[in-house]
Amino acid sequence: MSADAHDHPSFFQPLPGTKGGLASWLFSTDHKRIGMLYLYCIVTMFLVGLALGFLIRLELVAPGRTIMGPQTYNALFTLHGVVMIFLVVIPSIPAAFGNIFLPIQIGAEDVSFPRLNILSWWLYIIGAALAVLSLVTGKGAPDTGWTFYVPFSAVTTTNVDVAVIAVFILGFSSILTGLNFITTLHRLRAPGMTWTRLPLFCWSLYATGWIQVLATPILGITVLLIFAERVLGVGLFDPSRGGDPILYQHLFWIYSHPAVYIMILPAMGVISEILPVFARKPIFGYKMIAFSSLAIAFAGSLVWAHHMFVSGMSDTAVMVFSFLTFVVAIPSAIKVFNWVSTLYKGSIRVEPPLWYALAFIFLFSIGGLTGLVLGSAGTNVHVHDTYFVVAHFHYVIFGGMGFGLFGAMHYWFPKIYGRMYDKRMANWSCLIAFVGFNLLYFPMFILGLQGMPRRYYDYLPKYAEGHFFSTMGSWVLATGLLLMFWNLWRGIRHGKPVGRNPWGAATLEWMAPSPPPHHNFDAEPVVTHGPYDFTGVKPDA
Amino acid sequence: MHEHRDYEGAKIGMWLFLFTEVLLFGGLFLLYAVFLHRYPAEFHAAGKELSRTFGTVNTVVLITSSLFMALAISALQRGRTVLSQRLVLLTVALAGVFLVNKFFEWNAKIGHGIYPDSPGLLALPPGEMVFFNLYYLMTGLHGIHVVIGGAVLLYGWHLMRVGRVTPEHFVFLENGGLYWHLVDLVWIYLFPLFYLVV
Repeated sequence: MSADAHDHPSFFQPLPGTKGGLASWLFSTDHKRIGMLYLYCIVTMFLVGLALGFLIRLELVAPGRTIMGPQTYNALFTLHGVVMIFLVVIPSIPAAFGNIFLPIQIGAEDVSFPRLNILSWWLYIIGAALAVLSLVTGKGAPDTGWTFYVPFSAVTTTNVDVAVIAVFILGFSSILTGLNFITTLHRLRAPGMTWTRLPLFCWSLYATGWIQVLATPILGITVLLIFAERVLGVGLFDPSRGGDPILYQHLFWIYSHPAVYIMILPAMGVISEILPVFARKPIFGYKMIAFSSLAIAFAGSLVWAHHMFVSGMSDTAVMVFSFLTFVVAIPSAIKVFNWVSTLYKGSIRVEPPLWYALAFIFLFSIGGLTGLVLGSAGTNVHVHDTYFVVAHFHYVIFGGMGFGLFGAMHYWFPKIYGRMYDKRMANWSCLIAFVGFNLLYFPMFILGLQGMPRRYYDYLPKYAEGHFFSTMGSWVLATGLLLMFWNLWRGIRHGKPVGRNPWGAATLEWMAPSPPPHHNFDAEPVVTHGPYDFTGVKPDA
Repeated sequence: MHEHRDYEGAKIGMWLFLFTEVLLFGGLFLLYAVFLHRYPAEFHAAGKELSRTFGTVNTVVLITSSLFMALAISALQRGRTVLSQRLVLLTVALAGVFLVNKFFEWNAKIGHGIYPDSPGLLALPPGEMVFFNLYYLMTGLHGIHVVIGGAVLLYGWHLMRVGRVTPEHFVFLENGGLYWHLVDLVWIYLFPLFYLVV
């Protein structure tokens, strides 16, 4: 441990004058402890989701039954989706790293509503517990897919009731986090921390916060309607009672499309933090990157019906939503071009966080461009509900948000634990995961173009080759990720101690001791320069 | 440990929360709009079944309660804590009147065999089924909000009695009042949509 530890106990140690213990974590109002609670839960749930995905791929390695029956398969892909979307991807970066670093990056002592913050973690835990409960109670695990489409979700005898209540509670948790971050960014910035000196990670969390606050309530009412449909027999989505199932799809995607930006925007924020530090130069186009986060949040709220091109909308609606989908690609492209321009003529220092960031840019670009194939109404009809969609989605969310999360883990690791992981091992695990990822998901683009429908338990022999490669990829990817987690775990326990600023970054969190003390700063910082002004900043390890 | 107080921050947080409430109801209003467009005649026929007297009385009750709520906050800001406590209790009492009215109104409908999944409802034309399903869902969700709002205001009353909400630190009551006005506002839309325009 560094000399700092003696004057200011880190947030891992008990607050002076208290005994510490488990309750001091579970009921903590310290944003760093809450962030750590989220981080460990999210990593745990990620490993669960990973295992489920691994089993799905194993079943699909060859045509016919391999390791499980069709009903188990349906339950597994539903569970994989629900766990990954609602328990991992949506909270992931904002709830874990946002909680830990947003207040420190703006020079604040905590978020605006610390008690609300721990409440939202408890809601997350209750939601997660209910999601698990839905598996083991009732008449079997939900088998609807994570989208809970009616009419099937209204009539299936599996335990959808408990699952949708879990989603409702998780949505509430997400709303409270977003609300907390927006208020914190408006009220608690340190003196001199103007909006244009805000780190881009904070900008991305600000945009994310607005989506969480404005879109999630729609999900809340939608899943409550599923509940009402099943329990009270209200028939708003049931044609035999005057209802309309298409309206469910509209309501669901009014939330769930903006939700993919809840997933990706914070990862984009992480990338915007990592690149300038390792290119040793201010980020290219700061204002445009900040603005494009807000533009994505805004335009992303107007494109939901591109999930429904084959659901029977009017041609006018299809064209309008297709056009708006192309519009939302512009701010995403602005970010990618600015990141690449940041690297141009920089004095690049190759470290593990940079590798993850570069992997993000590559995978996200493939995911984003194939999104345009899906966004154009004509090609969409051809690949709708095929493996093409599965591949696109995983490239954006896993390749984008997932590698962003891993990048964040490697970037902020020394700050959180005051130690450094084995960098060589980190580079290797990044490479293995990257290769495995492409081997797993790229064949799915081809399978999709050939017409392989998503979610099917079995397939024709002509798809066997693609599925085989894809399953191979899942093994390589899992190896890379397990190696990565093992390496980080070893770093926590045995890593070499580091000082305050091992990467030589210029944002405020690197001025605080590693790990940060309970109240973050010895004195309230006064900000005099921008977040990517590296003049005179040198790495200390 | 010193207590962190941020009046502006508390208000921002509350307004953001109110946005989420508006959007929660917004999903249902959206469904209402689509179905009204699809079944104008059936909505008209079914709307005539609802009692305008009950609806009007409840509207007056809720608007009056909002007035009392606003007066309670003004009274507290002027240092008249006891008057403020009484006005909050009056507000909660009117919330109770609203719920009792609602109970009788629902009860009469249920007595006629009109409620979700009932044989009486299923015998109606599809548009009327949708109307009554929406009626129960939207007024039911609103009723839950009346209960929550009443509970929040009672807690505010308790905080005033124990001296935690004072003429200097009144933001809890003010935010509770904002919530109450939102509950009122939702009803201001529900009333014409179900009782008048159809």
